[in-house]
Amino acid sequence: MGKWTRRAFITTGVLTGGALVIGIAIRPGNRANKVKDLIAGEDETVMNIWLKIAADNTITVVVPHAEMGQGTHTTLPMMLADEMDADWSKVRMMEAPGNKEYANYALGKGFILGDKEFPSFLIDTIDGLFLTITKKMSLEMTGGSSSVRFTGMFAMRVAGAAARAVLVQAAADEWQVPLNELTVKNSYISHLSSNRSEPFAHFAAKATDLSQPAKPRLKKPEEFILMGTSQPRFDIPSKVDGSAIFGMDIKLPGMKYAAIKASPVFGTKLIAVNESSIKNLPGVHKVVKLESAVAVIADGYWLAKTALDKLEIEFEENGNETVSQNDIYEKYKKDMDAAIADGDEKKDVKTGSVENVFKSSDQIVEAEYRVPYLAHATMEPMNCTALVTETGCELWVGSQNPLGFAVSVAEALDLDSENVIVHNQYLGGGFGRRVVEDVAVQAARIAKEVDYPVKLIWSREEDIRQDFYREANISRFKAALDSNGEITAWNNQFLFKHEPEEAPHIPYNVENQFIHYTESLTHVPWGYWRSVDSSMHAFFTESFIDELAHTAKKDPYQYRRGQLSNAPRFLKILDLAAEKAGWGKALPENWGRGISIHESFGTIVAQVVEVEVSEGNLKVHRVVCAADPGFAFHPDGFEAQMESGIVYGLTAALYGEITIENGAVVQSNFHDYQMLRMNENPKIETYIIKSDNFPGGGGEPSTPCIAPALANAIFDATGTRIRELPVKNHELKANARILG
Amino acid sequence: MILKINGQIFEVDVDPSTPLLWVIREQAGLTGTKFGCGIGQCGSCTVQLDGIPIRSCLTPMQAATDKEITTIEGIANDTGLHTLQRVWIEEQVPQCGYCQSGQIMSAHALLANTASPTDEEIDQAMSSNICRCGTYSRIKKGIKRAAEELAMASTVKTDNNG
Repeated sequence: MGKWTRRAFITTGVLTGGALVIGIAIRPGNRANKVKDLIAGEDETVMNIWLKIAADNTITVVVPHAEMGQGTHTTLPMMLADEMDADWSKVRMMEAPGNKEYANYALGKGFILGDKEFPSFLIDTIDGLFLTITKKMSLEMTGGSSSVRFTGMFAMRVAGAAARAVLVQAAADEWQVPLNELTVKNSYISHLSSNRSEPFAHFAAKATDLSQPAKPRLKKPEEFILMGTSQPRFDIPSKVDGSAIFGMDIKLPGMKYAAIKASPVFGTKLIAVNESSIKNLPGVHKVVKLESAVAVIADGYWLAKTALDKLEIEFEENGNETVSQNDIYEKYKKDMDAAIADGDEKKDVKTGSVENVFKSSDQIVEAEYRVPYLAHATMEPMNCTALVTETGCELWVGSQNPLGFAVSVAEALDLDSENVIVHNQYLGGGFGRRVVEDVAVQAARIAKEVDYPVKLIWSREEDIRQDFYREANISRFKAALDSNGEITAWNNQFLFKHEPEEAPHIPYNVENQFIHYTESLTHVPWGYWRSVDSSMHAFFTESFIDELAHTAKKDPYQYRRGQLSNAPRFLKILDLAAEKAGWGKALPENWGRGISIHESFGTIVAQVVEVEVSEGNLKVHRVVCAADPGFAFHPDGFEAQMESGIVYGLTAALYGEITIENGAVVQSNFHDYQMLRMNENPKIETYIIKSDNFPGGGGEPSTPCIAPALANAIFDATGTRIRELPVKNHELKANARILG
Repeated sequence: MILKINGQIFEVDVDPSTPLLWVIREQAGLTGTKFGCGIGQCGSCTVQLDGIPIRSCLTPMQAATDKEITTIEGIANDTGLHTLQRVWIEEQVPQCGYCQSGQIMSAHALLANTASPTDEEIDQAMSSNICRCGTYSRIKKGIKRAAEELAMASTVKTDNNG
C-alpha cells in the first residue's frame, strides 16, 4: 500500500468511509512514547496511551473525558480493566492531559461513521485518518452521550485487550511455554502446569517491545467480569466531604478574583466605563475592558462583584435592543411561511407524496407547537482561572472540551496552542454548557492584563443571561388518517436542525412523510443542551401522535403500538413501560396517565407519567421509564442517568422559560428561572433491558420523553392539550375525560 | 475579626458585611461550601451556625462572629466520616457533586433535630436545596438510611449503658 501521507489518509478515508470495525485504539508504534512524559511517574511502564502499569502492579487508566457526574471516570476504566482481566481493586484513573495525542479520535469515529463494520486491512488507515481529523477538530470532548459508546467501545476495551495480549505474549516468551497454556486473572499471568504466576508488572517492560495487536480479541458479553456490574464510582468519596476540587475551588499562590458583566444584549460592544465610583477602593486592583464585557479584579470575589456593580457601563446599540420574544416568534412564523411559499424549505425526510394523500383524505389534523429558549443553569456557575505569562497560558477549569478551550484561548492570545495548558477539574454540571469556551477566553484575556493568576467567577445572573440557549422553536404538523385512524400522511415543518439527526423522525409506519425545516436568524446564541434537538422534537412528535390517537378515538398506547410493526425494538420498550406502569388500570379521580417513546443517542426510552390535577394544582406523582441502551455497562450509573435526565427534562417542561425583552434575557436567577425541588420530585422507576444492540448513551436519552409523557398525562386528566411549554403558563382545570 | 469554623479559630481581615460564604471559601480556604446563586435560592452554600442551617451567601460575616460555624469539612470526626457521608457513598448519591455539601449540611441539621423524619419532613427540610443532576430520590433514601443507622447506633449505646 505504500506510505500514507496525512493527505492520503483523508482522501482514502472519505472514499472508503461509511464503514468501521470496533476500531483499534492504539496505533502500533510510537504514540505511547509521545505521551510518556505527560502521564508516567517513576517505575511506571506506559503500555499504550490509555494505560500504564506501576511496579506494584497498579494499573492506571487514562480517561479522555471529563467527570460531571455521569460516572465516566469509573465506567471507562472498568471497560479497559475487564478486557485486561485486571484486578479492579488495583485499578486507578487519571484524566487525560489536555494534549493533542488524546484528541478523542474514538469519539470522532463514532460520530462520523457510527458502528459499522470495516475490513481489517484498512484499520490502520482509518485510525490514522480519525486521529488526524479529531486533532484538527480539537475533539477531546465530553458530550453526545458518547463516552461509553465510542471511547469505551473503540478505545478502552481495545486498549485493555491489546495490553493483555502483549503481556501474555511476553510471559510466553519468558517462560518458553505455549500461549494457550497461560491464564490471566486479577492482574496475574499464570502457567498452571509449571506452577508459575507473576503479576502484569513483571512483564510490562518486555511487553512494550512487542507490537500490540491492532485488532485484539474482545470478550463476549458472557465473559464480562466487570462490564455490566455497578462498581462504586471513584469520584464519590471526595464529593461527600468537601474535598473534591471543581474549577471554582482552585487555589493558586498570588491568585486574585474577577467578576464580570457582559453586554446584556448579546454581542453588542462596550463603549465606555466610568470608573470614578470605585477609584481608590481598597483591595480593588484593575478594571479590564473586553470587547463586549467589563471585568474587575480584586483581592476577593465579593469585593470584585460589589465594585463591578458600582461601575457605570455603556454598551453600544446595534438594533437588537428592541427585539422581544414575540418579535422572534413573529419572525419565525414569517420565515416558515416564506419558505413554503418560495418552495425552499430544507428537506429532512421525504417519502411518498403527502400532498396526494391530503387531497383525498377525509380526516386531516393540524396543530402548531412551541417551546421556549432554555438555559443550562449548571449548579456551578461558569468560572475559569487563568495565568498568562510571556510564553503561554495555563487554565484551570471544568470543561467538556479542554482541547477546544486551549485552541480558542491560543487564538485569542495569539499563542501557539501547544503553549496553552488546560488543567481540567471536576465539572459542577455540564449538560452541554461546558463545551463552549467563552469563559476561558474571557479569563485568559483578563489574566493577560496582570502578572498573577486570576479566578474569573460569573454571578448566577451572568450565567443565566450569557448562556448558549436551547433554541425557542415552532413545529407545525399536518397529518391524514385513514378510516381506521392510522396515519397515512405526515407533514412536519420546524426551525433549525442540529443533532441528533433523527430527532424529528418518527418510528411509526407512515408511508407518506414530508419533514422539513427552515432557518430563521436571531441574535440569541445557540448551544448544546442536554439531548439537543431531541429535547423539543420528542415533545412535538409524541404530543401530536397523542392528538391523533384521541382524534382516532383510540387508546394512546394501543394507537402507537398498532403502528410500530416496523420498529420491533421500539415496540418492546413501549410494551415494557406500559406493563410496568399498569397501563389501563383505573386511576384515582383527577389523575391522568400519559405515554411517550423516543430514541436518541442510540438508546430507546419510553416513559409513562401519572399526574394529578385538582383545583388547578398539578402534582407529578410517578414516572415509569423503560430503556433499551443495548447493554448497560454500569447499570446503577445508567439508572442514575435516567433519573437525572428525567428531572432535568421535567424541570424544563414545568418551569423552563428564557424570554427575550429589549434584546436581553429577562430571567436572572433561580427565583425566576425555577428548578424542580425535592418536594416536587416524582417517584421514578427505571427498567433497563438488554438487547445486544450496539451500546447507546446514558446521559441524555431520558430527557426527551418526559415533556410529552407529562403533557399527554395532563390531557388525560384535564382535557387540556399543552401545545406550548412550559406547563406553568397554562391554567389547568380537572374535568371529565374527553375520551374513554 | 475572629471566626470559629469547625472548632478552629480564623482571624480574618475583610469588610464585616462580606457574606460568610466568601470568607469561608477565600479566607479560611474551605472550598467544600459552594457558591450557587448568591440569593439564598439554591442551598449550595449551606453551613450551620450553632447547628442551624443557614445560607452563607446571604449571611454577613459579622452575624457569625460569636457563633460556632460548621461546614462540610467539619462533620466527620476522628473515627471517620459522619454516617450521612458514609451512606452517601454507599448509596452512590452524588452525580456532579457540586450541591452535595449543601445537601448534606441540610440533612445533618434535619437529623440532629428529627431522629426519624417522615417523607414530608424530609421534603420540607430539603426543598431549599436544589440539585440540577436530579439526585433527590437518592438523597431521600440516604437520609432515611442514615436515620435508621443512627437510631440503631444509639440503641446499641443505650443497651450497653443499661
